[in-house]
Amino acid sequence: MENSGTFWLPRAASTYAADVDGLFYFILWTSVVIFALVVFGLIYLSIRYKKRGKTELTAGISHNTKLELTWTIIPTLLILVVFVWGFRGYMKMRVVPKDAIEIRVTAQKWFWSFDYQEGINSVGELVVPAGKPIKLLISSRDVIHSLFVPDFRLKMDAVPNRYTIAWFQADELGEYQLYCTEYCGTEHSKMLGKVRVLSQGDYENWVNENSQLGQGLTLEEFGRQLYENKGCMPCHSLDGTTKIGPSFKGIFGHEVQLTSGETVIVDENYIRESILNPQAKIVAGFQPVMPPYQGILKPQEVDALIAFIKSLKE
Amino acid sequence: MNIIPEKNYLTYPKGLKSWLFTLDHKRIGLMYLFAIMFFFLVGGIFALMIRLELFSPGKDIVSADTYNQLFTLHGAIMIFLFIIPSIPASLGNLILPLMLGAKDVAFPRLNLASWYIYVFGAMFAVYSMIAGAADTGWTFYTPYSIETNTAVISLTTGAFILGFSSIFTGLNFLVTIHKLRAPGMTWFKMPLFVWGLYATSIIQVVATPVLGITLLLLILERVAGIGIFNPALGGDPVLFQHFFWFYSHPAVYIMILPGMAIISELISVHSHKKIFGYKVIAYSSLAIAFISFLVWGHHMFVSGQSELAGMIFSFLTFFVGVPSGIKVFNWVATLYKGAVRFTTPMLYTFAFLILFSIGGLTGIFLGALSVDVHLHDTYFVVAHFHYTMMGGTVIAFFAGLHHWWPKIWGRMYNERIAKITAVLVFIGFNLTFIPQFIMGAHGMPRRYYDYLPQFQGMHELSTYGAYLLGFAFTIMAVYLIHSIFKGKPAGNNPWGGLTLEWQTTSPPDPHNFHEVPVWTHGPYDYDKIKVTPDLEKELETA
Ligand code: HEC
Ligand SMILES: [Cu+2]
Ligand SMILES: [Cu+2]
Repeated sequence: MENSGTFWLPRAASTYAADVDGLFYFILWTSVVIFALVVFGLIYLSIRYKKRGKTELTAGISHNTKLELTWTIIPTLLILVVFVWGFRGYMKMRVVPKDAIEIRVTAQKWFWSFDYQEGINSVGELVVPAGKPIKLLISSRDVIHSLFVPDFRLKMDAVPNRYTIAWFQADELGEYQLYCTEYCGTEHSKMLGKVRVLSQGDYENWVNENSQLGQGLTLEEFGRQLYENKGCMPCHSLDGTTKIGPSFKGIFGHEVQLTSGETVIVDENYIRESILNPQAKIVAGFQPVMPPYQGILKPQEVDALIAFIKSLKE
Repeated sequence: MNIIPEKNYLTYPKGLKSWLFTLDHKRIGLMYLFAIMFFFLVGGIFALMIRLELFSPGKDIVSADTYNQLFTLHGAIMIFLFIIPSIPASLGNLILPLMLGAKDVAFPRLNLASWYIYVFGAMFAVYSMIAGAADTGWTFYTPYSIETNTAVISLTTGAFILGFSSIFTGLNFLVTIHKLRAPGMTWFKMPLFVWGLYATSIIQVVATPVLGITLLLLILERVAGIGIFNPALGGDPVLFQHFFWFYSHPAVYIMILPGMAIISELISVHSHKKIFGYKVIAYSSLAIAFISFLVWGHHMFVSGQSELAGMIFSFLTFFVGVPSGIKVFNWVATLYKGAVRFTTPMLYTFAFLILFSIGGLTGIFLGALSVDVHLHDTYFVVAHFHYTMMGGTVIAFFAGLHHWWPKIWGRMYNERIAKITAVLVFIGFNLTFIPQFIMGAHGMPRRYYDYLPQFQGMHELSTYGAYLLGFAFTIMAVYLIHSIFKGKPAGNNPWGGLTLEWQTTSPPDPHNFHEVPVWTHGPYDYDKIKVTPDLEKELETA
């Protein structure tokens, strides 16, 4: 399916992936053997003892202690191996190395947001250095989501009001697909993201660039960048088409009808409130699904978004 | 020539009222059969719509929200309205008292009540479809189920009510099995179908109340905001998962144990061979019923549950695997030195053995902690549980349906067409779900309306398989219904079974037996008793 990976599994790009795959194949091949025995027994016995001629009495065989012990003990032993192997692999995933870089992961309908210790916030894209353990401190702001990177064999639920922890270390540079695997509503299947693994040098450059985000840009340009990076784009268009939310095109200065029956003029304060606390006023004809950005956007970023929306004249 | 007795439970008494107020277990079983088949059809249509939508990425036929409602309804209907009641309430009701040599179940009125409660609960579920069908998935996970504005309350109320119907059936069977066995039928002379239903009934009675309480709490959370599951009010959404799976894992065995029970019966009858390891099969049903209460946490390995809990649940999960595996070996070994007939029920039995083995073995992947982290909530899981629930229970149900069909109606379906259909079902099923294992292992998440182009090939195959399956089931419906009116009279004992239901007429008398039958032999004593199947008599005398 992907260009790399095997028939059964995607490429193994984290340090513990090989162990998971080893167990996967161990179970696979033992299962194939057991399954083949069952199917062979089934086919052979049913054909060999197919009824021929008249109905007769058949043999009264009802048990065979040796045989039964064999087929109880062997599977039990195999299963113990699988259990121990699985548990040990799991502990590798669970015990976070001491020197791991900590990144806060916030899941929200329907995007992922990553906060770095350097004060950087990245939406939809987790950028990490290669060869370093990364600790993820995960939580959700609304319903349960689940962070899944198949190439890393990494998965952990994002639960509201609680932190869950996961970690990984990727040694190969590249881009890896990230999914949400806990059903979370309309756009669950669009709640995708990327993990970008950079070399140490590139990572440091990335950190430097992003900790001065917005510098050298006009407020409007910065606003456009935020519009693209902070998850507004999937819900709001710029060309007048209605997506999950209303289009931004030409809304500034115009009246909007709210579900409460009132109408309001779109001004700076309204936009500000719409971004930070969208549930306060709901535009008629839309569902109250916009996530609150309170605590995610800095005041200066909200200003930039307002300037950007203002600039979108009809 | 076989003849159909003029006075039988189908013809006497007459009139709609005699059916609606009937206390006859056979008529109630038949009413259940029609009801569950109706919902199998509805759930099946939803499945076909889901598969069509997934034929290519992006929108094919419905919107994302509608898709989410479709998979919720498909799951909820198939589980609560079809599979859980399927074998116990329809075939169990029809056959269990006959097998025991009893006139009826212990509490005929409770039995009728359970059918009406089923219909009442089903009405809520149907109403919820019109009133903005729920989009939570059949698992109703909080806090999503608290905040979605779809009809969660009516659907969960439906499931809540259906629970009582399930409990009533379970209770009734427990008492019936304890009290109404024919003289001479000691516990270890009972047919294994009875053992299976006994184990199932225990789980139904013990576990279902937990589901009731959980759903009630969810409803209260939505209506009154009691703050037990809602994190915004300080509740714990993961607690809901614990409660939910505390019922729903054992419910997996409410679904599969009756399937195993049918297979134990059929493998012996259609090979005219004593069952291999009677006691092991009987005890392992009880063992499975017991252990099934202790493994619910294996659904939550990545929910943030502690490592210790994960370890214990993984360990116990494997110990449900062992008795299930042993049963499969026993069934296969039964064929040794038998006289195997390739009848339609036997073909479904073989299909069960193959599909259920795949279902069970893929369960080992999911029980292993580290591998489950990768596979959890992907299509691998979807394929796994369809192999156990559909490849297991539903196939066993159709095996049983074809086995007892001539007893129920007195007439036979066309065996040739039926056998071809069985092969089509088998192919269609595998074509639907094998691709799902592969794409799941590659990371295709479940409950996705849209997907990345890399998965398209597998989704296409799966959709073709689903439509083949739908086609096969349509043929089945046609030949079965046709046989009710036009089928050849089947005789009292078409397969040469030794259990008591074959000693009465087909269809049975309204009172089952004219005199109390006495149980003088074991259920599978084909080494002592020679009985020529009615369907083979002509052949053998020719
Ligand atoms: C999940 C989809 C979604 C995302 C993501 C989203 N919004 Fe919204 N937004 C909506 C919906 C739906 C509405 C209309 C309902 C309401 O008023 O809350 C809305 C309304 C608004 C409004 C009021 C528009 C009007 O015509 O009155 C503004 C301004 C706004 N969003 C800005 C943003 C910004 C800026 C971002 C990104 C930082 C963003 N939204 C992200 C869905 C979304
Ligand atoms: Cu999601
Ligand atoms: Cu389970």
